[in-house]
Amino acid sequence: MNNFVKEIKTTIKDLLSRKGRSFLTILGIIIGVAGVIIIISLGSGAQSLVLGQITKLGSNMVGVLPGKSNENGPPTAVFGVQVKTLTLTDVMAIKDKSKVPNATDVASFVSGNITIIYGKESVDTSFTATDGSYVRVQNVDIDKGTFFTDEEGRSGANVIVLGYDVANSLFPNGNEIGQIVKIKIPNTNESRGEVSSSIPFRVIGVQKKMGTVAFQNQDDQVFIPFSVGQRQILGIDYVQFIRIKIDDAINVKPAMKDIERVLREQHRIKDTEHDDFSVRDLADAIKILTSITDTLRIFLGLMAGISLIVGGIGIMNIMLVTVSERTREIGLRKAIGATRRNIRNQFLLESIVLTFTGGVLGILLGILISYLIAIGARFAGYDWVFVISPMAIILAVTVSIATGIVFGLYPALKAAKLDPIVALRYE
Amino acid sequence: MLIELKDIIKNYDNGGVITKVLRGVSLSVDEGEFVAIMGPSGSGKSTLMHTIGFLDKPTSGTYLFDGEDTSSFNDDELARIRNERIGFVFQSFNLLPRTSVLDNVILPLLYNTSKANQESRAKLALESVGLGERIHFMSNQISGGQKQRVAIARALVCDPKVIFADEPTGNLDSKSGATVMNILERLNKDGRTIILVTHDRGVALHANRIVTISDGQIVSDVLVPESERIHSKEIKEDE
Repeated sequence: MNNFVKEIKTTIKDLLSRKGRSFLTILGIIIGVAGVIIIISLGSGAQSLVLGQITKLGSNMVGVLPGKSNENGPPTAVFGVQVKTLTLTDVMAIKDKSKVPNATDVASFVSGNITIIYGKESVDTSFTATDGSYVRVQNVDIDKGTFFTDEEGRSGANVIVLGYDVANSLFPNGNEIGQIVKIKIPNTNESRGEVSSSIPFRVIGVQKKMGTVAFQNQDDQVFIPFSVGQRQILGIDYVQFIRIKIDDAINVKPAMKDIERVLREQHRIKDTEHDDFSVRDLADAIKILTSITDTLRIFLGLMAGISLIVGGIGIMNIMLVTVSERTREIGLRKAIGATRRNIRNQFLLESIVLTFTGGVLGILLGILISYLIAIGARFAGYDWVFVISPMAIILAVTVSIATGIVFGLYPALKAAKLDPIVALRYE
Repeated sequence: MLIELKDIIKNYDNGGVITKVLRGVSLSVDEGEFVAIMGPSGSGKSTLMHTIGFLDKPTSGTYLFDGEDTSSFNDDELARIRNERIGFVFQSFNLLPRTSVLDNVILPLLYNTSKANQESRAKLALESVGLGERIHFMSNQISGGQKQRVAIARALVCDPKVIFADEPTGNLDSKSGATVMNILERLNKDGRTIILVTHDRGVALHANRIVTISDGQIVSDVLVPESERIHSKEIKEDE
C-alpha cells in the first residue's frame, strides 16, 4: 500500500514535470466531463423548473382539449391545429353536478392576439377570454382593482384585466382602473376595403407581476370575458380549452372518467377509439414533459459521451508518444528488474492519474458553468434551481477512470512488451 | 562456478536474413573473478554480455547461473534475477532525468521483493561510491563521472553477485574513468564478480582475466599476470 502511494506520488511528480503537455492531454477529458455535468445539471434544473411551474397550477386540475390524442403524447392542439369539437354545451354538461359531482369550478378558454389602444399608445399582446371562475381554477394575483365576476363573465361585459407589462406600457403613470381602452379587431375583410373596427373596454384590474411560467411571459397578456373574446373578437363558436377544478386530488381520476363519459354522451361517441377530445390531468402533463426531457437528456448525454471517447483517444495518442519517448527508460527499468507487469502498471497508472485529474477538473468546471447558468437564468426571471446530482459526479469520475484504463491499456501493453535490449539501444 | 556457458549460439533474424552473432561460445566464470571481454565492434562482445546478463536469450546452448539452468526461465524469473543477482553499469549511464540521485538509486528496490529501508539502503550504496553528500541533486546537475558512480550505486543497491559493466569509461575523461575503475576494483576486492566489456586494453588490464572475442567466437582467454595489471588509485574529484 505504502509502495502504491509512492508510485502515485512519483507519477504525479513525473506528470507535473511536463505540465503543459499533461494539461493539453487531459483537455478533452475536462471538456467531456464538464459537458456531462452541465447537461445533467441543466436537465435537472429545467425539469424541476417546468415541473415546479406545473405543480404550481395545483394538482387537482383537469384540462379538456379538443381532438383525440395518444395517452402519453402531446394533444394535437399543441401543434396549432384547430379542432372545433368542444362547445359551450359541453361546458354546460360538465358543469352539471349530477353528471360530474366532483367538479367544483369549470372555466372555458379561447385565446388569440390583439392590439390594445389607449390614447396614442398601442400594444400588441395576446388575450385570454375566460369565465369569472378563472380566479378559482388558476392562481391569479390582482395588484389593483378586481378580476371580473362570474356575472360579468357570463353577460359578456366589456371589461378587461391587464397583465403587468401591458398596464405599464399603456399607463406609465399608473391610474389604469376605470380607464377605457380600445381593442382593435383584426378584420379579415380589411383587404376588401372594410375598415377594421374596435371595441371599447373598461379596465377593472391589473395583474401582479408574474414573470415567466411555462416559457410564456405571464405579464404580456390581457383577460376578457369568454363570450366577448369568442364571439366578438374571434368570431368562432367553439371552445379551445376547458379547465376543471376537482374538489380533492383523490377524486381527479374518477372525475376524469365522468368528464369523458359526459363528453362521449354529448358527442354521441360509442367507441373510445373515436374520441374527439382529450381529458388530461397534471400527472399526464408531467409524464409527457418528463419523457421529453428524459429523451433530450439521453441524447445530450450521448453527445457528451462521444466527446469523452474523443478525449480518450487523445489520451491514447499522447501515451503512445510518451512510451516511445521513454523507450530507453523502459529498457533501463527492465534491465534492473522491472517485470512486464511493473511497466504496464506504471503507464496504466499514469493514464489513470491523467484522466482522473481531467475528471476532477471537468467536474469543477462543469459545476462552475452550471452555477453561472443558474445565476443567469435567475437573473432572467426564471425560478431556476441549481442542481448537481451526486450521481452525476460519481458517474463522471467512474467514466474518466474507465477511460484512462481503456485507452491507456494499449500504450501500456506496448511499453510492457518492449525488449530491454532494443529499448536500451533506442536513440 | 557462478557462470557456465556451453555452446551458446545467438542468431538474429532480420526479415529472413539470419545474422550469426555468437557461434558456439563456451565460457566459465568463477565467483570473485574480474573478467574483461574484449573485441572489435561487431565481434559479438555486447551480445555476449547481454546474454550473460539475462537481457537477451540465446538461440541455443545452455547457461548455468549459480548452478541453475536458466534456459527454461520465464520473463518474470529473468526479471527477478536481473534485479537481485546482477547489476548493470552502462556506457551512457541511463539515469532517469528530472529525478534525484537518491531516487535513481532507489529505483531497483522498487522492483525488489524486500521493500524495507529503501532510503537507507540507497544511501549506503551512494556512500560506498563516495556520493553520500549529493543524494538530493538532480541526475542532470552532476558531472559525467558522478553520474557513472550513481549508476554503480544503483547496480550495487540490491547487493548482486555480479556486476556487468559495458564500456563504463567510454563517455568519461581519464580522471573520472580512473575513479570509476578504482571503484570497480575495490568491489572486486570485496569479493564481487565483475564482468567488463571494453575495447580499450588499458581498461581491460584492470581485470585478472581477459577474454577476447572475434566474429562470434572466443579467440583467446588468458589470465593477466599480476605484473601487467593496472591499478587505478582513488582520485579525489574536485567536487
